[in-house]
Amino acid sequence: MTGTGLKDATAIVGIGQTSFARRLPEDEKTLACRAVLAALEDAGIAPGEVDALASYTMEETDEVELAKAVGFGDLTYFSKVGYGGGGSCATVAHLAAAIAAGQATVGVAWRSRKRGSGPRPWTDTTVQLPTPAQWTRPFGLLRPADEIAMLTRRYMHEYGATRDHLFNVALACRNRANQNPAAVMYERPLTREMYMTARWISEPLCLFDNCLETDGALACVIVGRERARDCRRRPVYVHSAAQGLPAQHHGMVNYWNDDPLTGPAWTTARHLWKHADLTPDDVDVAQIYDAFTALVPLSLEGYGFCGRGEGGAFTEGGALEIGGRLPVNTGGGGLSEAYVHGFNLINEGVKQLRGTSTAQVPGAAACLVTAGEGVPTSALLLRS
Amino acid sequence: MLTPVTDAAGAPFWEYAARGELRVQACGDCGEPRFPPRPCCPHCQSFAAKWRPVSGQGRVWSYVVPHPPLLPEYAAQAPYNVVVVELADAPRIRLVGNVVSRAGAPLGSVDPGRLRIGARVHVVFGDGGLPQWVLA
Ligand SMILES: [Zn+2]
Repeated sequence: MTGTGLKDATAIVGIGQTSFARRLPEDEKTLACRAVLAALEDAGIAPGEVDALASYTMEETDEVELAKAVGFGDLTYFSKVGYGGGGSCATVAHLAAAIAAGQATVGVAWRSRKRGSGPRPWTDTTVQLPTPAQWTRPFGLLRPADEIAMLTRRYMHEYGATRDHLFNVALACRNRANQNPAAVMYERPLTREMYMTARWISEPLCLFDNCLETDGALACVIVGRERARDCRRRPVYVHSAAQGLPAQHHGMVNYWNDDPLTGPAWTTARHLWKHADLTPDDVDVAQIYDAFTALVPLSLEGYGFCGRGEGGAFTEGGALEIGGRLPVNTGGGGLSEAYVHGFNLINEGVKQLRGTSTAQVPGAAACLVTAGEGVPTSALLLRS
Repeated sequence: MLTPVTDAAGAPFWEYAARGELRVQACGDCGEPRFPPRPCCPHCQSFAAKWRPVSGQGRVWSYVVPHPPLLPEYAAQAPYNVVVVELADAPRIRLVGNVVSRAGAPLGSVDPGRLRIGARVHVVFGDGGLPQWVLA
């Protein structure tokens, strides 16, 4: 086997989630347990059969707490991926690798967040790492929105991308959320006037360029392809999976290399497509990490759906809507369904390939799911 | 206001700045400048470093204008600008900072409408040796 070790070797066979809201009464650990048990129920697999776990940083429920609460069996593989939202897809990638290599048989990945009602991470001034924060935070570049807004303005300057392009992203997500009863923004349509007159967060990014702040949890279950055939649901195969940390990358403050507007998506994409039988043209629907609208045009370029600098123009003419060139974030994404560090994008990808999305793309057979661009990231190419 | 929480590699930058000098780290062997400072050279792997004085001239590479919610002392000055300045004599060294009306002036002392990508700026030093930028 050369370079084909992961291809379709494993499948996602269960997904689960709690409700999403600005404030949920239960604590983060309880929400995690509920999502994990829902995913196992969906798969028809007993908790005692689970032997692998994967999560990503900024998750506060650890493996020991989760395992003893829901009654997992003996765990033989557990991993925690770094870089917050950049690690979402990597959880599935790590479990797929562990299962394909024989280190485990039933893996669970999860995310539980109380971001809606809990404190915002940027307000904690004590846990900031000295590098690179010493070069940015004293000057008032305090929040992820500020850091990404800096790259956004440069991107708009270099390539002629406009606020209307960013609005196209926000609108596509909101339109899909308006079809999804589980979405926080289900009953809240967005208009261009609302967008253009919204308050600023960090110019050039306004309120609607920023993701939601949500309480909620999600989980999924991964098994080998043989086992997957016996599960309750149609398997969704992990066709290709990749992580990416580019040379001389600096995280969200990627201001200090030759080409700051080429981020981890490019590195991840090269590995993802190299190991896939599919090309970007074969992707029917994409779930693209959208903590900020500007990450979507950058990711469209990075993952090869358009050329360098063409991400803004790609969004024109309803391209991101159902029936468009590449429907994205069909559950509403982080901008309008829930911001749970991107895990809802994974589960929505599974729903599309099962044919059960609330905004179903007819005949969807291949879905790209991406994790946070602007930090060391990861991506999955799922197929039915 | 937040003050720089330095590390071993970055401390000399702040020590020079406190004396009113803008210097950047460069490799002691191959001479390649690097930012942020780090223990060894990514080009030649040398652990030798020197701190090279720069002219303090630069151009605005990008900028943002943060609005609340922000930490209280920053919210009180908002909206203010934060810029990334590309140094004239080391184009790949880009420093985050603020364009202010004069040395020591508060963050919000220049109308953000006066800023443009490409605008020429030069360094001044505010209270505590924090580098600031004024329009040239
Ligand atoms: Zn060197």
